[in-house]
Amino acid sequence: MPKISAQDYKTKIEPVWCPGCGDFGVLQAICNALSAKDVDPKNLVFASGIGCSGRLPPYVKSYGFHTVHGRVLPIATGIKVGNPNLTVIAVGGDGDAYAIGGGHIPHTARRNPDIKYIVMDNGTYGLTKGQSSPTSPMGMKTHASPYGTTEVPLNPIAMAIAYDCSFVARAYSGKAKELSEIIMKAMDHRGFALVNVISPCITFYNTYKELPPQLASMPEGYDPTNRVKAFEFALDASKIYLGVFYQKERPTYESQLYGLTQKTEGHGIPRLEEILLEFT
Amino acid sequence: MTDQIFRFGGEGGEGVMSCGELFTIACARSALEIYTFLTYPAEIKGGHAWYQVRVSDQLLLSQGDKLDVLIAFNREAYDRHYKMVRDGGVLVFDNTDFLPDEDARTIKYPIPFTKIAMEEIGVRLTKNLVALGALSALFNVPREKLEGLTREKFGRKGEQVLQKNLDAIAAGARYVEQHVKKQDTVRIEPPTGRQPKLVLSGNESLSLGALAAGLKVYAGYPITPASSILEWLAKELPKVGGCIVQTEDEIAALGVVLGASFAGKKAMTATSGPGLSLMVEMMGLATMAELPAVIVDAQRAGPSTGMPTKTEQADLNLAVFGGHGDSPRIVLALSSVEDCFYGMIRAFNFAEHYQCPVVVLTDQYLAQRKATVPKPDLTGVTIESRRVPTTAELAQPYWRFKITEEYVSPMGVPGMADAFYACTGLEHTEQGALNYEQENHTKMVDKRYRKLLGATEQPGIYRTYGTEGPAPIGVMGWGSSEGVIREAVAQANAAGIKVTAFHPKLIHPLPERAIHEWVTQHGVKKLIIPELNYNGQFATLLKRHLNHGLEHIQLNRCGGVPFRPQEILQQIEKVA
Repeated sequence: MPKISAQDYKTKIEPVWCPGCGDFGVLQAICNALSAKDVDPKNLVFASGIGCSGRLPPYVKSYGFHTVHGRVLPIATGIKVGNPNLTVIAVGGDGDAYAIGGGHIPHTARRNPDIKYIVMDNGTYGLTKGQSSPTSPMGMKTHASPYGTTEVPLNPIAMAIAYDCSFVARAYSGKAKELSEIIMKAMDHRGFALVNVISPCITFYNTYKELPPQLASMPEGYDPTNRVKAFEFALDASKIYLGVFYQKERPTYESQLYGLTQKTEGHGIPRLEEILLEFT
Repeated sequence: MTDQIFRFGGEGGEGVMSCGELFTIACARSALEIYTFLTYPAEIKGGHAWYQVRVSDQLLLSQGDKLDVLIAFNREAYDRHYKMVRDGGVLVFDNTDFLPDEDARTIKYPIPFTKIAMEEIGVRLTKNLVALGALSALFNVPREKLEGLTREKFGRKGEQVLQKNLDAIAAGARYVEQHVKKQDTVRIEPPTGRQPKLVLSGNESLSLGALAAGLKVYAGYPITPASSILEWLAKELPKVGGCIVQTEDEIAALGVVLGASFAGKKAMTATSGPGLSLMVEMMGLATMAELPAVIVDAQRAGPSTGMPTKTEQADLNLAVFGGHGDSPRIVLALSSVEDCFYGMIRAFNFAEHYQCPVVVLTDQYLAQRKATVPKPDLTGVTIESRRVPTTAELAQPYWRFKITEEYVSPMGVPGMADAFYACTGLEHTEQGALNYEQENHTKMVDKRYRKLLGATEQPGIYRTYGTEGPAPIGVMGWGSSEGVIREAVAQANAAGIKVTAFHPKLIHPLPERAIHEWVTQHGVKKLIIPELNYNGQFATLLKRHLNHGLEHIQLNRCGGVPFRPQEILQQIEKVA
């Protein structure tokens, strides 16, 4: 039996999301995973960016840091480096992650801190009332693109694999069980895990009807360590595959940083006095 | 008495800087005081480079004015710097490279550095050591100290290399002994019975201060003239259980700092103007989320990329006011190499105590120059850490942003059992709940301003000097010009002019009460405000806060090079 039930990970604060928002499913799946993994709330930190999904932290019994637009990854990295014993989960939307914050993803992937990044991807800017986002399909008409958008959508999965992100997965907020399982797998992974969750916006870009027929699970026996295969599934336009595309274990950022400390500490932590000797 | 200024000039990348550096350290190890002044070319290889050092047996406050000795390795060095040599000063030049114009203004010693290096040593680049040898013979620079340094510097490169360099020093000295008749009076006299002090650059002193203050996480992006902080801490921080993160940009740098601070660590970043511009939004978050963070800005001439290797004091407006909304923060300005050490401890103490971003202003002039400073003494220095909630406080429902008597709230840290909170850039109540009511917003903005006012009553946030009694003239500069102003004020005082100076280290919030007391106590009528920027950014700040019916006399010059004492003195004389 888990120490804390999934329900008890939720605080009494009522989410601001519209009824039917995909983010409710993500919140539930996160709480399911936390309960299954027995994560101690006092050592749990949610960091978030700006957007509907960025409002999530206070809804979970934990410490929270609702940051500025696009900067959740540097701040989450700082939290993890500041105290590697904390479980750090970053959350945000597709605009936050892939537009304004896109420049931080490759560098976080390079460093590989043990941070889980759950992106609630709805293909629109919900909080500013429905402009197109980096994952909106080409030609999408919005108030800010009355003649249809002219940009091709970003493929977050292929992008993350290209950055050699050590864990890359896609899930769908409407499939609660699979989503919970994928988040649990991400939590088991030691390193930077990007989980792109398709989480429809019921108000500005409702994809609940069109999505399910396109969804497919990764095939039985799929080997996520094969990067070329991972690209193939990520680039397959005939289906939207759900599951873990790519996973490669490598040392975490903080273990390497503090490994350096251990190495230098091997000679004994110098006092300031000793460091000052360099300047005589 | 020894008080001489030497300037070395030549082609960048050919060892001019290391020549100056060896000369400087040799003097410092002889218990002399040193004060360097340098600008690098923005290019890595090539371009004109020069290095200046003032050497004295007395405490040095500034780089000084005219040069006593110019060592010119090429024509360009002569063309650029000769006019700075005082009448009766000395020009030492490489006559393999050029011949100066005939004049009787200075004493000239032609010494063929390059020829000696090539013919006697067989390595052209040893000309710098030939020069050092020549200088040791000409001006009594302690030769054994120069040789000791050469051993430390070249010892690892093998016996042969080392020997060539030692031979070069000997060859330079021998040439002077055999061919040069000394006609000047410049002579370096190391004092006896004194212990050598430490030799630190501003950035080294600042970094040491940060370590002493308890810094554990440094994040930064390389930028001139702040990079040496990143580099020094990359080496030293792991030794004290900390780490550095070299980020993808300055926004991420301050992000990592805020994350680490939220997680309970003392954290800082250092940058220059372009980086500070990028950090502005994140500074607002630190203000709103009430997170301690130390942000060093080593100013350089701007705007935009500006003049990366040249000094200026033009980021004050950005440091104090940068950002949207009412976003109060503390701004400190470092005033000397020694102050860099204690100033950083003050910065961390303020950040931790008031839970806010603290911007620390230094500049290229201070960051890169070296000076002799007494070994730091931490007795009597308090190292503060943020106030965390007590067990008794946590027995009650925890309010992260509770308005206390001091307006500072106990700060929970992840890992604590009952201090849960979500910090946010959105407006919130004392409890930490989001709230957009006008009444609450007013109350919380007020809290964030008021809590900082305590800083204006802390010790050590300003220094005064000059005339002790009535003085109708006051001088108030800020930052790295302190020593220059102090020297000019001392010269004016010696000439019988009654002038007093107030040098604030806390720029924002301004220590208004202390300034008011200083003005009334001395009866200051005319206030000279020297600063290296076009419009007088500090003068404008001062006017916003203080109105004593004082006549404000702005002394503004764009940056590039720092003030010289003469510039300040002339202004004082004009006003007197």
